[in-house]
Amino acid sequence: MEPLLVFPNPAPPELAQTLDLSGWAWKAVGTEADVHDQEPEQGWGGAIVVADTDPSGAFAVCRALRKVEIPLEPLLLLISGSQLTELDHRNDLFDDFMLTPFHPREFEARLQHVFYKAGRVTRTEVVEYGPLKLNLETYQAMVDDKPLDLTYMEYELLKFLSSHPGKVFTRETLLSRVWGYDYYGGARTVDVHIRRLRSKLGEEHANLIQTVRSVGYSFGQSRWSG
Amino acid sequence: MTTENQAPDAGDPLPSRQQQYVLRTIEERGVRLVRLWFTNVLGQHKSVAISPAEMENIFAEGLQFDGSSIDGFSRVQESDVLARPDASSFELLPWARDDEPSALMFCNIENLDGSPFAGDPRQVLRRNLSAAHERGFEFFCAPEVEFFYFDESVRNGGKPVPLDQASYFDLTTEDVSSNLRKTTLHMLEALSIPVEYTFHEDGPSQHEIDLQYTDALNCADNIMTLRLVVKKVAMEQGIHATFMPKPLDGVQGSGMHTHMSLFEHGVNAFADAGDPHGLSKTGKSFIAGLLVHGREITAITNQLINSYRRINDGFEAPQYLTWARNNRSALVRVPIHKTGKESATRVEYRAIDPSCNPYLAFSVLLAAGMRGVTEGYDLQAEAEGNLFTLTDDQRKKMGIQSLPKSMAEALDEMEQSELVRDAVGDHIFEWFLRNRRAEWNEFHRQVTPFELERYLPSW
Repeated sequence: MEPLLVFPNPAPPELAQTLDLSGWAWKAVGTEADVHDQEPEQGWGGAIVVADTDPSGAFAVCRALRKVEIPLEPLLLLISGSQLTELDHRNDLFDDFMLTPFHPREFEARLQHVFYKAGRVTRTEVVEYGPLKLNLETYQAMVDDKPLDLTYMEYELLKFLSSHPGKVFTRETLLSRVWGYDYYGGARTVDVHIRRLRSKLGEEHANLIQTVRSVGYSFGQSRWSG
Repeated sequence: MTTENQAPDAGDPLPSRQQQYVLRTIEERGVRLVRLWFTNVLGQHKSVAISPAEMENIFAEGLQFDGSSIDGFSRVQESDVLARPDASSFELLPWARDDEPSALMFCNIENLDGSPFAGDPRQVLRRNLSAAHERGFEFFCAPEVEFFYFDESVRNGGKPVPLDQASYFDLTTEDVSSNLRKTTLHMLEALSIPVEYTFHEDGPSQHEIDLQYTDALNCADNIMTLRLVVKKVAMEQGIHATFMPKPLDGVQGSGMHTHMSLFEHGVNAFADAGDPHGLSKTGKSFIAGLLVHGREITAITNQLINSYRRINDGFEAPQYLTWARNNRSALVRVPIHKTGKESATRVEYRAIDPSCNPYLAFSVLLAAGMRGVTEGYDLQAEAEGNLFTLTDDQRKKMGIQSLPKSMAEALDEMEQSELVRDAVGDHIFEWFLRNRRAEWNEFHRQVTPFELERYLPSW
C-alpha cells in the first residue's frame, strides 16, 4: 500500500510513533504544494491531517486533497476540542475526526474504520524481505520458513527496520520510533537489541542488519537502489 | 527489561501491545506451559507454571500467592502478594520438547494494592535504576561468571571431584566439556543472551562465561537464566555445576568480575579522552564511591560464608580497597581500551562472586558508585605493585583498607551502613542481616574436621 499523507511536517511525535508501531507507511508534508509535489506515483494511501497547531494550513491541505476530480479517501482529521466550531460547513473535507490529545488505541481503531468505510484494503499484513517474512497480524517472524523466537522488542525492532529497507537510522531515531519512551537503557539499548537480533537471525542472515559506522543501523537494501 | 508499564493509562483493563504479543505468540506457537520466574532475597530461582488459558487474566490481575512461603518475603499475617509478569521478558524455552512448547517470563512482585513489594529484589533494582535514570544515567553491566563442573556424586554429599579426575567411560573429559559448552552457548543465545565463553587453562573443571553489556536489570535477569541453564545442561549429562565461590582447597575460587559503566544521554559518562587515565570526573568519583563503601556492600556482593574463603585465598580475588589500571590484586580495575574506543571505558569490580543475588548486588554497587558521584568524592592514587607482598603496617601507612575477612565482619559493616539500607530498603536489609547472622551462628557452633584432625590425636 502507498504511504499515508501526514500533516504537518514534522509529524507530532506521538502520532509518528503510533503509526510506526502499527506498521503504517507514511510521509509528512508541510504545505499544500507538497501534497502534489511529494505524491507517490500510485497516489497517497490515505491522509491524516492534524489541525490543532496550524488550522488554516491543515484545511488548505484538506482542500488540496478533496477539492479535486478524484478526492482522496479516507481522510482522518485530528483537532483540539476548542476547535470544534471550525468543522462547521467543512464536512466534505474529511471522513472522520478525532480530538487531540488522542488515545493510540482509539486512533488505530478509528483509522481502521475509515479505511473500512472507504472500501479500502487497509494495509499489507506481511512484510517480506529476502528470506525474512513477518506476519503483522500474528506477530510471527520467519526466516527460510523457520519461525524465529523473538522477544517483543526484538520483533518490533525487526519489523521497523525491515519495513524501511536500505534506510539508515540513528540509535536515537530507533529508540524514539521503536521504544518511544524513556527506558532504563537509553540509546545503548538499541545496540544490545541489534546484537541479539543478529544472533537470532543466525550467522547466515545476521548481515541483513548492517552497522553504519558512527551513524546507526540499516536493514537490507533499498528496493530502489538496485 | 522493564517496559511493561507503558499501557496508555493506569488501570486499563485491555492487554498492552506487549501483552498482546505474548498472548498471540502463545496461541500461534501452541505454547502449553508458561513459567513465571522470580527470585527470593538470597537470589534463588523461583518458578510457577501457568496454563496459557490463565495468561490473559494474569496480565489483567496478576497472580496472587502466599508470600510467606518464599524466604525473605512476607510475614505470615500480611502474606499475600501479586506476581506481575513482565511481558517484555517473554521467551520461548529452547529446551522445551517440540510437542510441548513452553515459555518464560520474569515477574515483578507487588502488594495487593499494586505498589512494589519491598521484599522483591527485582523491584529493588528497578527502584535504584529509576533513581539513576532520573538523574540522566543508565547503568550497564557485563559480568564474567565463573563456575565449576563436578561429578554428580557431590549432590549426595560426595567430595567434589573435578571432571578431569573423574572417570568417564566413553568420553574424554574434553569431549564432555566441549559438549557442555556447545549446548550451553546455544541455549543462552536462543534466550537472547549473547555470550563469550572461555574455559580456564588450569583444568577443564572451572569455566567462565562472559556476558555482553546490557542494562543492569536485563543483566541481572540474564544471570538468573544463565545459572539455571548451566546447571540444567550439566545435569542432563550427569554433571553437577556449581556457583559456590570456593569449592576446592588450593585452587582459585569462582568470582563474577563485573564490568560497569554509566551512560548519560547515550554517551559514556566515565570517559574523558583528555585525562591521562581516560577517566572523567564522574568515572573517578564513581570508583571512589566503590572504594569508600566497598566494605559496607560486601555482605551483599559476597553473601555466603564460603565467599570469604575466596576473597582471602591469595589467588586472583582482591583483598584490598584499591584501584588500578593493570593490577589484578586491586578491588577495582580500569581496563585499558583502545584509543577512539571511549565508549568502552568501564570499571571492573572484582570482589563480587557468582553466588550473589544479582539484583541486590547491582543495586548496592550502583548506590556506592553514585554516592561517590553525588558527593564528588576524590579518587585516591592508583595502586602500583603487588599489594599482597606488603606488610599490614606498610598498607596501613598507605591508608589501604582490606575487604571484610569473614561474613561476620561483613555483616557488622553492613549493619552500620545507611547506604546499603537505602539501596535495598528496610525490609530486605533487616531480613538479610537476620538470615545471614543465623547462618553464621550455626556455622560457628560446628566442630570442624580441621579441628578434629589437628587436635583430637594430640590433645
